[in-house]
Amino acid sequence: MLGSYRAEILKLRKRSAVWVLFGAGLVLSLIFGYLLPYLGYATGDDNPQTDGVPRAEILRGMLPARVVDNAIGGYPIFAGALALVLGAIVIGGEYTWGTLKTILTQRPRRGTILGAQFLALGTMIALWVLGIFAACALCSVGIAAAEDGSTSWPGVGDLLQGLAGGWLVLMMWCLAGAVLAIAFRNVALPIGLGVVWILGIETLLAGVVSSLLPSLKWLANVLPGTNAGSLVFSVTGMAASDAPPGVRDAVGGGRALLTLLAYCAVFAVLAAWTTRRRDVT
Amino acid sequence: MDALVEVSGLTKRYGGTLAVDGVDLTVLPGEVYGFLGPNGAGKTTTLRILTGLIAPTSGSVRVLGGRPGDARVLKGTGSMIESPAFYPYLSGLDNLRLLAEYAGVSRQRIDEVLELVDLADRARDRFSTYSLGMKQRLGVAAALLKDPELVILDEPTNGLDPAGMRDMRRLIRELGTEGRTVLLSSHLLGEVQQICDRVGIINAGRMVAEHNVEELRGEQELVVRATPRDDAQRLLTRFGNVHQYDDTLRVQVDPDRAAEVNRALVEAGIEVSELHTTERALEDIFFELTTAKEKTDVG
Repeated sequence: MLGSYRAEILKLRKRSAVWVLFGAGLVLSLIFGYLLPYLGYATGDDNPQTDGVPRAEILRGMLPARVVDNAIGGYPIFAGALALVLGAIVIGGEYTWGTLKTILTQRPRRGTILGAQFLALGTMIALWVLGIFAACALCSVGIAAAEDGSTSWPGVGDLLQGLAGGWLVLMMWCLAGAVLAIAFRNVALPIGLGVVWILGIETLLAGVVSSLLPSLKWLANVLPGTNAGSLVFSVTGMAASDAPPGVRDAVGGGRALLTLLAYCAVFAVLAAWTTRRRDVT
Repeated sequence: MDALVEVSGLTKRYGGTLAVDGVDLTVLPGEVYGFLGPNGAGKTTTLRILTGLIAPTSGSVRVLGGRPGDARVLKGTGSMIESPAFYPYLSGLDNLRLLAEYAGVSRQRIDEVLELVDLADRARDRFSTYSLGMKQRLGVAAALLKDPELVILDEPTNGLDPAGMRDMRRLIRELGTEGRTVLLSSHLLGEVQQICDRVGIINAGRMVAEHNVEELRGEQELVVRATPRDDAQRLLTRFGNVHQYDDTLRVQVDPDRAAEVNRALVEAGIEVSELHTTERALEDIFFELTTAKEKTDVG
């Protein structure tokens, strides 16, 4: 298992597409977490973009105390979509390049290889989460220093809870991308379907359910995006008015955690079952 | 002597298509076995089954005494199935490094196989920049990485230039003389004839022959050039099977009867311009067997 894990890490480490995705997630986090709010803050209370929010309030949102909000606030939607793309390109690439047959004819069993792939993806996503957190922390420290703001940090427990919650959200979407790639033995189709689901269909469903079909609220509340948003809302403890798109208090944090864990388990089992049973042609 | 590969009644069906139909195949230790057949005959499907990539519909398959795809069997088997498939963004060296990680092989062995296939100089270049021949050689290097007892190579000379083909043939022959067992598929008859000890011929999913190359080629024929050819062909069927090859007739008859054949033709008023014995080329046998099979199917 260790050898397979090292092989998978080597593949991910040397693949530029992985770093492009990580870079995109990081840059988007900084743009929406710090750059745009700071521009709003710098242009004063009259800026229509700030929608009348006082400058002091905008500044508070960028200080170290709110670093977890900014680091993982975008995970349910845009970083989630990037994580899904990551899962799809890493697993789907084995089919499009035909490399699956090459690695399956080495020594480890199919389940071992798939396990190593998921473990390596989990490791890289943890690095990604830490990288985004570090960049956000640096920005918040810089802004606090420049604007003479408070440099108090969240407690270690809150930090760990926030980062672990963020990791779980990204891992769930990554596994979704992986299982779609295995199902379609492809890269493009899983990415297309997955991204349309995350960015469009879930939001649309939630909107339709809340406005037209309230009796189907239970359905909206079991969707992965809804639970991802609820977990992030729960671990950050942000106010509903500050919540970025996709982050809301639809279900409690405990339920969201269990639902996301269940999704991860279902995706992993489906992937393993399909990989072990199917012919590699 | 226990066979390294024992296949009996192997069948693989994809929906309504029978890709492999009751194939029996035996590969003995230390031999270079040629698995010969036209494109689409079922060679690659059979090899995929032997490497555990696909499951047979029915039949029994034993490789190195175990089930294809088992860790112990995979450890002793090196393979290159169809075209060599590697990560295009990685160098040849990194591709081998990660395969070595999967297989638990030392770094030193990577250097050895790169030298063996003459790729050491380009090992640090990206796989995507490799020529078809270099990709093929990297595929063979990957197959040899585990220092396997059994090497399965699917069309290993595909895409190689004549010099590359010669080197590859020499390499495969060396593998055989080192005591390694090689199962090689090819549609290139000359290649199989030059490097294989035994050959199995597959056509339309069915094994039509399995013999030593020498045994297969052993039967001698009479080559007859005569006019009118149709009359000669009719008359020669009295002596044995006759088939046309270019503008000659080939008769499967004891060469000692050449004079008798000549006399019969002349007495029938047929002009004989050439008559000699020849050893059959594998190519002839191959077409004879595969054509006979097609005729049987049509009939």
